[in-house]
Amino acid sequence: MADSHEVERRDFVNIVLVGLGSLMGLIIGIPAIAYLLSPAVKVQVEEAWIPLGPLDSYPIDTPTLFPYTRTKVNGWEKTVNSFGAYVWRYGEGESEVSVYSNMCTHLSCRVTWQEDRTIYFCPCHDGRFNKEGEVVAGPPPEPLYEFETKVEEGILSVMHMEV
Amino acid sequence: MATKVFTWLDERLGLSSIYNLVFDRKVPKVNWWFTLGSASLFLFVMQGITGMFLAVYYVPDPQKAYASIQFIMDGVTFGWLIRGIHHWGATLMVIFVFVHMLRTFFMGAYKFPREITWVTGVILLLATLGMGFTGYLLPWNQRAYWATTVGTAIAGTVPVLGDFILRVLRGGTDLSAVTLARFFAVHIWFLPIIIISLIGVHFYLVIRLGISSQPKKDEE
Repeated sequence: MADSHEVERRDFVNIVLVGLGSLMGLIIGIPAIAYLLSPAVKVQVEEAWIPLGPLDSYPIDTPTLFPYTRTKVNGWEKTVNSFGAYVWRYGEGESEVSVYSNMCTHLSCRVTWQEDRTIYFCPCHDGRFNKEGEVVAGPPPEPLYEFETKVEEGILSVMHMEV
Repeated sequence: MATKVFTWLDERLGLSSIYNLVFDRKVPKVNWWFTLGSASLFLFVMQGITGMFLAVYYVPDPQKAYASIQFIMDGVTFGWLIRGIHHWGATLMVIFVFVHMLRTFFMGAYKFPREITWVTGVILLLATLGMGFTGYLLPWNQRAYWATTVGTAIAGTVPVLGDFILRVLRGGTDLSAVTLARFFAVHIWFLPIIIISLIGVHFYLVIRLGISSQPKKDEE
């Protein structure tokens, strides 16, 4: 039997041991890695259409604030964030509406519409934007974020995005 | 190549002599009852590994403990599996360690020169029960809360010192955030370190003294 090509008993046992061991390692190892990586690869959907109510309820040519909140869930923790949208109808038509975020593009303070000065005013560093959201004065580097809008059956909605 | 690397390492680390000492020991004729110690060790290692994984997401705080376990069960991929292994492994480990003790007792394997192996084994059994007791509170559900309320109250019935023991266990008069935090600390640091150290002593003695053979009937 010394010259036999058949697998020796000792080798057979070793092969079976290594094979079974690797299989068990995979069965345990793959769930273990998935367990550790899962929060990293899970994508939270942060974009959503936010209904702002009937378009008719907003006055013509006066930017009007619509405040809303979004809830974020991270593991066992829930965070509620507040946002605001300024609805500006520049005409009677359904498409004649622009909605701006009230978040200042400088350092994310909240801007307020001041009708008497016809500007969006940011109290933090005296940033000012005009009705079209463009920077008039102060440190903001970009115009106010303008939402994508849609009007369906008279209801105005904006596309919320986490910037 | 592999042989060369192994030889190089073996000359410096003495790997094959460790292997011979641990695995090529002379053992008497034994049966399946003699595998309970190895089974207990395997379960302890499993508990240690799955416990480390659970600690990645678990928070020992009354406000968050339950929610963090809900997250492990529903939010984390294979979280149910890791927790399931830890949960059932705990029960199995208590059973295996206990039956291991019974086997040693009924076969008289605790006698000279193995008394210290026996004593460390008894402490290991008690530490295992301690792991079960402290781990039971951590899910912070109704069962955990009331089981620990009752368990600590039982410890409180000890004459004279009872009230003091109860306060030490709970970290005050009430079952509270302090209780949860200290049970967690004992569960993941104090008891595991005690168990690992004693397993070291237990093992050293098993290897040094060998295991006793099965008792025979007296030959008349």
